[in-house]
Amino acid sequence: MGIIEKSRKKSPWIIHYDCTSCNGCDIETLACLTPMYDVERFGIVNVGNPKHADVLVVTGSVNKKNVRVLKNIYDQMPDPKAVVAVGACACTGGVFKECYNIIGGVENVLPVDVYVPGCCPRPEAIMDGIVMALEKMNEKAKVKKK
Amino acid sequence: MGKTVIPFGPQHPVLPEPVHLKLVMEDEVIVEAIPAIGYVHRGLEKLTETKEFTQNVYIVERICGICSVMHAQAYCQGIENLMNIQVPDRARYLRVIWAELHRIHSHLLWLGLLADAFGFESLFMQIWRNREKVMDIMEETAGGRVIISVNTVGGTRRDMTPEALRKVIAVSEEIKEDMMKLEKVFMADYTVKHRLVGVGVLDKNTAYEFGAVGPMARGSGISQDFRTTGYAAYGELDFEPVIEKDGDCYARTLVRLREIYQSVDLINQAIGKIPEGEISVPVKGFPNGEVISRVEQPRGEVLYYLKGNGTKNLDRLRVRTPTFANIPTLLKMLPGSQLADVPVLILTIDPCISCTER
Repeated sequence: MGIIEKSRKKSPWIIHYDCTSCNGCDIETLACLTPMYDVERFGIVNVGNPKHADVLVVTGSVNKKNVRVLKNIYDQMPDPKAVVAVGACACTGGVFKECYNIIGGVENVLPVDVYVPGCCPRPEAIMDGIVMALEKMNEKAKVKKK
Repeated sequence: MGKTVIPFGPQHPVLPEPVHLKLVMEDEVIVEAIPAIGYVHRGLEKLTETKEFTQNVYIVERICGICSVMHAQAYCQGIENLMNIQVPDRARYLRVIWAELHRIHSHLLWLGLLADAFGFESLFMQIWRNREKVMDIMEETAGGRVIISVNTVGGTRRDMTPEALRKVIAVSEEIKEDMMKLEKVFMADYTVKHRLVGVGVLDKNTAYEFGAVGPMARGSGISQDFRTTGYAAYGELDFEPVIEKDGDCYARTLVRLREIYQSVDLINQAIGKIPEGEISVPVKGFPNGEVISRVEQPRGEVLYYLKGNGTKNLDRLRVRTPTFANIPTLLKMLPGSQLADVPVLILTIDPCISCTER
């Protein structure tokens, strides 16, 4: 394992964007950062700038207005990057699937690496999802190198 | 001096939710704030017309995850009024207990985010550590951490055992003790006071004219708390609305701090008086007619307008959420303030964008 690969895996920075979530998944994602669950022990830090981030955590399904914002954030992130869809809405559209303003899950807009189901998923599940995304991110980096 | 326009949001580190403000600046001072919304709009009100009225409980809970219990409560109480259903006494008390637990969790969440907004990271962490106790007790009594789905038309879906009730009292007392320790930081710390005292002053008349609700109104000295009308079991419990007179960010913080103690007290009273018996009654027939149902949420008063037509579907469901009522006061407070105070000012109304846009 090279030093870049190792550092990427040991300290991934996440950026969180709330599409049309009901806040349930957002507060659980925030709860991951706080002392009870404490993702900082894995080196995970929540950042506000997409240019610093490795993992994009999306909660809620995509609607017609925020699709541009979401794509914008994704495009600004440096490669290799991973997308984690947190919650039933981000995975498939969930309870809002039939709403007139909803395009659907995040997969309709971005390539999703990890799906975390649940309404709302527990913080443990979200953490597990992010850790799984790291593996995928390193695989992506290897493929690109070849 | 020329004017600069600074876009604030929709993706911003201090906001868990997307709201977009165009801030027109002159130097560091804001001249005008223009909000743009629609980033969280889903079309939930239309969706409720296609589902059965009993299924709608789960949809209205997902209007907002932070105050889901109160949304479901407002909806259920409206339908129960429409169909003349007498809810069992035990269910009315259980609703109060879960609603107050939710209020504690929401206010702790807000206090944490406020600490984060003015850069006091360790205070944010401390408060959120205490908040986990509420989340644990909700999981233990209802099975879920955030969206607990306890309300249903005609009562509640779950009961609490005597042991669980004793545990709720023990945990809420623990939270009260923890908050009494942390309270000193909010009330006496020099930096905290520097960021909050005199920021975003909203006097009583302006708050009234702009239709502020909840802690925004109570922080400006308006004695307005919808729980005093005695819905659910609140009529049988003894409490007074928490009021502060100064109308600045500091006063609103104190209102929310003291409401946590009030909620602990209400939980204790409710558990002391809770009667034995059924927790729900069977529902027959379909709602017909129209009704307005109001409930006090952590952010203020929520208003539900329901119109039934005698079938399983509703004709119309309309929600007016507390944040919608408080956004005009935010736009009143922003001009004239410093750019550095914007995160604190936005947080002070406790914005819930997903409620507002649905």
